[in-house]
Formats: sequence, structure tokens, C-alpha cells
Amino acid sequence: MSERVFVPCDAAALSVGADDVAAAIHREADARGFDIDLIRNGSRGLLYLEPLVEVELLGQRMAYGPVTEADVSGLFDADFLNGGAHRLLLGPTEELPLFARQTRLTFARCGITDPLSLADYIEHRGYRGLQRALELTPAAIVDEVAESGLRGRGGAGFPTGIKWRTVLGETAEQKYIVCNADEGDSGTFADRMLMEGDPFCLIEGMTIAGIAVGATMGYIYIRSEYPHAFRTMKAAIAIARESGYLGANVAGSAHAFDIDVRLGAGAYICGEETALLESLEGKKGVIRPRPPLPAISGLFGKPTVVNNVLSLAAVPFILDEGAAAYAQHGMGRSRGTNPVQLAGNIKRGGLYELPFGLTLREAIYDVGGGTATGRPLRAVQVGGPLGAYFPESLLDTPLDYEAIAAEKGLLGHGGIVVFDDTVDMAKQARFAMEFCAIESCGKCTPCRIGSTRGTEVIDKIIANNQRLANLELLDDLCNLLTDASLCQLGGLTPYPVLSALRHFPEDFDRPAVGTQEKTS
Amino acid sequence: MTTHAPWDYDRALHLVREHQHVTGALLPILHALLDEFGYIDSRVIHDVAEALNLSRAEVVGVINFYHDFRQSPPGRHVLLVCRAEACQSMGCETLFDQLRSRLAVENGGTSADGAVTLESVYCLGNCALSPAIMWDGHLYGRMSPDRALALVGQATS
Repeated sequence: MSERVFVPCDAAALSVGADDVAAAIHREADARGFDIDLIRNGSRGLLYLEPLVEVELLGQRMAYGPVTEADVSGLFDADFLNGGAHRLLLGPTEELPLFARQTRLTFARCGITDPLSLADYIEHRGYRGLQRALELTPAAIVDEVAESGLRGRGGAGFPTGIKWRTVLGETAEQKYIVCNADEGDSGTFADRMLMEGDPFCLIEGMTIAGIAVGATMGYIYIRSEYPHAFRTMKAAIAIARESGYLGANVAGSAHAFDIDVRLGAGAYICGEETALLESLEGKKGVIRPRPPLPAISGLFGKPTVVNNVLSLAAVPFILDEGAAAYAQHGMGRSRGTNPVQLAGNIKRGGLYELPFGLTLREAIYDVGGGTATGRPLRAVQVGGPLGAYFPESLLDTPLDYEAIAAEKGLLGHGGIVVFDDTVDMAKQARFAMEFCAIESCGKCTPCRIGSTRGTEVIDKIIANNQRLANLELLDDLCNLLTDASLCQLGGLTPYPVLSALRHFPEDFDRPAVGTQEKTS
Repeated sequence: MTTHAPWDYDRALHLVREHQHVTGALLPILHALLDEFGYIDSRVIHDVAEALNLSRAEVVGVINFYHDFRQSPPGRHVLLVCRAEACQSMGCETLFDQLRSRLAVENGGTSADGAVTLESVYCLGNCALSPAIMWDGHLYGRMSPDRALALVGQATS
């Protein structure tokens, strides 16, 4: 029997040479006369160890990493095909401390299977959720999702079951499932990893959603910065269709459901669900005023479920194992698991699926190992470019929707970006405004004009030009953005700006909040 | 090297026809043109508008709205540098500045020899291995200024 060797095809692994490593393993195996079966799996999420090469031995996998092309010959010399000792040997993957402490529900298969092998998917509990859904009434499927406590993973945290129930209750000749894979937040890559590592899971989740609410067509809107995810999803959909899991009779049932994948075009705002729908319709990604909600009047004016990749990918587990199995994890109103993404200046960056409730400090230090540069941590941005900056003193805040919100932040899509003490927080605040100006769709004035004025005002503050008057103006402008913007781009841009001002006033050279300074 | 075809009106028209019947066809058509030629040539806008029963202004509006839809041909190589927060925390601004001065271009510009187009991008989704760049569609992580300059050097020499 040939040895099974795994080298990830995830874009992050490719970015540090996984293709070169795979080619070198093939070359070396041929030269040495070894018969190997090299499988391109998804990523295990321990991205700091990529390319992570695994060898299957007696049903368990031994991990070596990070492997470079130059290491491959040495790995063969060390007999790595039989788990031989080598300086890159990490041990059995599942026993690695950072892997063992995770609760992999949504990412259970990611990194284990060949992403485009339907047989692999089915062997690893794939399509069991759909089988169960086919035995239930639509209302019972929706109830199961509602009872699981699943909340939208895109950032808003809206209960998925309630959204589905609204669409189920609408009468229309056509309804849609739209998957929001426009994962634009810096510091997040969970959607990308899932789509590249376990695409059938998303397809199954969307299919269940379609059956639950009575939709026969689904669209996945993927950002153009994710060409690998786009190709993998397209290929997986073609396979699912050929195998009868998509099409006129899903898995031999009377239900019809099909999926098409669409590419974004570099507009951050299209992650906002109504802008995404406009874009899918072939228009500018300009947001729509609400109401009506997309659940009532969405894509082409039809009732539409718009869910994030991770929300939909959690559904197969919930249907397969039951709502209670999902809801038993987590804290408070944040049920299930949270794929925490550690990014930026962090030693052990990657995706770690953990129950809600872990503190920022535990995530950054126990899991992430502190900063990559080894310098002291100064700021942490949670939840993407619209999320707040947290100082060291707030690191004991648990990662939970409500706890982060209580500190005037947002959990968003679960991204955590770490900065060391070389960061200039006035510059970061300026960037937040500038980013809003670059990405504003232009529909509402506060965001369109306010972001440009905000950038100018911060420039004046930094230049010490009428600093106190301009700080006051900036506060005022932020209030306006919060209260009067049509969507969260303008509405949340004040989060990073004001948190930088609140927690790092020294970078703006202003007195700390609450202390008085005389205006002269 | 990017593999863009030189402008060919008949080919462009063919691409428009090929995609005009899918739902919400405008973005798929523009992507097909972008893939083929590396930019959206103004000479095809009239045909796109006609195929979709839109005004030319609507089509131009969409092209202008999205950052991807370049309106002039790019260089032989396209270099995207991620300048979002995670990459900022690992020094992408220094990386970007060095590339900008090496190529003597501003953001979005193409070097005088036509070799490289330099563009900022806000997140390549490789945030655990920052800084990230994309060179002709290939993603690179943990990119140092030296390695990036070497890539550019090979292309421009």
C-alpha cells in the first residue's frame, strides 16, 4: 500500500510555498522509488506552521512543519514516511496542544479531507445533515436551527433561525439563498479557509437552507481577492451537480436546488448584504435603505436568505447532531463555537475554532503566543476595519458578542489583529477614516463626505493645528456618522477612530478622557 | 507574466454574447473582459449596454464603481500589495513605499518600461502570514521588502 502524504492546497499554505513542497515530495519519492499517494488537503488552520506536511501512519497523522522545498530531501533521509525523527517533526497532528484544545464543529473536516473528493466528504459525516433535513418539514428544519442558537457569523450576530422563519413565511414563486462570501475584513480568512478546505459543507448548508425556506436557487458571492476559493467552489458545485446533490432532485428527493458562484470586483461595501444583492443583480454595490428587509424583498425583489459562509457551514452539523449538540457550547447568548482568527503581528497566527467565552488575553497569549516581533503588545483590533482597538488593559474581555459590545467594540467576523508598540494609533485612526472614504458607496452623505472630512480633521490634529477645536469636531463628526449613516460602513467607522482616541490619547497628544484642559 | 490578449473587438463582442443571458449579467461580462484583456476597453461599452438594455451611463457607472475594473491595459505583471490592518501591523507600508520608489509609480500606476502595475488592495485574506502580496495571481505571505524587490527586479531587468 502506498503511503498517504498530505500537503495543503489552501491559499495561505500556497503563499509560503506549499506547491513547491508538494512538487519536491513527488520528485524525491520518484527518485527514491517510493510509491506515495500525495493528497492536497485543506488547512488545519495552524497557519504559522504552513506548509504543514502530514503522513498517515496507522490511522493517525504525523505532522512536520513548517516545511520548505529545501527540507524535503532531508525529510526523506529521516524516513518521514514512517514518522522518522526530524527537527521539523511536531508529533501527531490531533495531539498538538493548539489543535487538541479546539472544538472543531464547523471546521471538523477542514484539513482532513481532500476538498474536492465527494467520497471523502461523505465518509466524514458529509450529507448526513441533508439526509435528516429531508425527513423533516421545512418548519422543523427552521426550528432546529433556531434552537441551536446559531447567530449570523458575518458580524451582526442576528439569529439565523429568525431570518429563515421570515423567508419561510413569505409566499413567492421564487425565493433565494445568498451566501455572503465577501469576506473583506482585514484579519479574517475563515470563509476562505472553509471554502478552500471543505466546499461541500457550504453547499450542503445552502441546500438545507433552500429546502427549509422553499428556495430553489442559491448564489455564492465571493470576493475577487479570493481566486482560489472561487475555483474550488466552482469545481465542488460541478461535482455536487453531477452526483445529484444539486439539481432538479436533490439527493433523489422531490426538492430542486442549484447554486451559482459569482465574483465580486474589489468593493468592500459589497459585504453589506443589500449592496451585495445590488451587485449580484449587476449594478453598483450601493446599499438599499431598509425596510424592506432582504428576507421579504431581497434578490430581484424576492424573499432572500442572506447568510455568511460560516453561518451556512454550521448548519450541516446542527441538522446532523441536533440543535442541543451545538447549543451546549458557548456562553450567554453566544452559542456554539467561534472560529477565532489570529492575525497581524502574532507569533502563532491561524484559525482556531473555540467555544465562545475565551478572553482576548487567552486567545492572544495562550493560543497565539504573543507578538511575532517579540515586542510588547500595544493594541488589538477586534472585528475588522470597523472594529474597535483594545488596549492591553481590556484584554480580559471575553470573546462573546455582548461582552465585546459592552466595551464599545464588535466581535464581527472573529478577526483579531495584533499590533506591537511601534504602532501609531493616530495613524490607525486616520486609516479608518480613509478606508471609509475609499470604500464608501456614496449613497448617504455622512459616510461619503464625512469620511473625507474626518481624514482631514485627523490630519490637522496630528499636525497640531487647532488641536482641541479639531478633536471636538472629530467627536461631533463621529456622532453624525454613527447616527445618520445608512449602513454600518459609515455607522461603525467611528469605532476604531473613537477607541483609538479613548484608549491611546497620548498618540493624539491630547489629555486623557475625563481630565480638563483649558482652551485658550 | 499575466496572459492578457491584445484588444480584439470581435473577441470582446463574443464574450459579451456568451454571458449576456445569465442573471445579473453585467459583472460576469465585465469579469470576462477583464480576464481576457486585463482591462475594460471603452470601445465595447456601447455593445455591453445594448446587450443588457442599459444606458451607457449605467455601464460606465458600474465600471467606475468597482476597483477591479481597470480602464487601461496593465503592465506585463500585476503586483497587488495588501495594505489593510493586519499587513500594516507587519510593515506593509514600508514594503509598499519601497516598491513605489523602485518602480517610480504611484498607486495604480505602471512602471515606465511597461513591466509592472502596482496596486493597493484591502485584504488578500492571508492575515496570519502578513505582509501579503499577489503577483500575477499568485499569493505570497510573509513578504519582505527584499524578496518583493527581487521579484520586481526579475521582471524589470
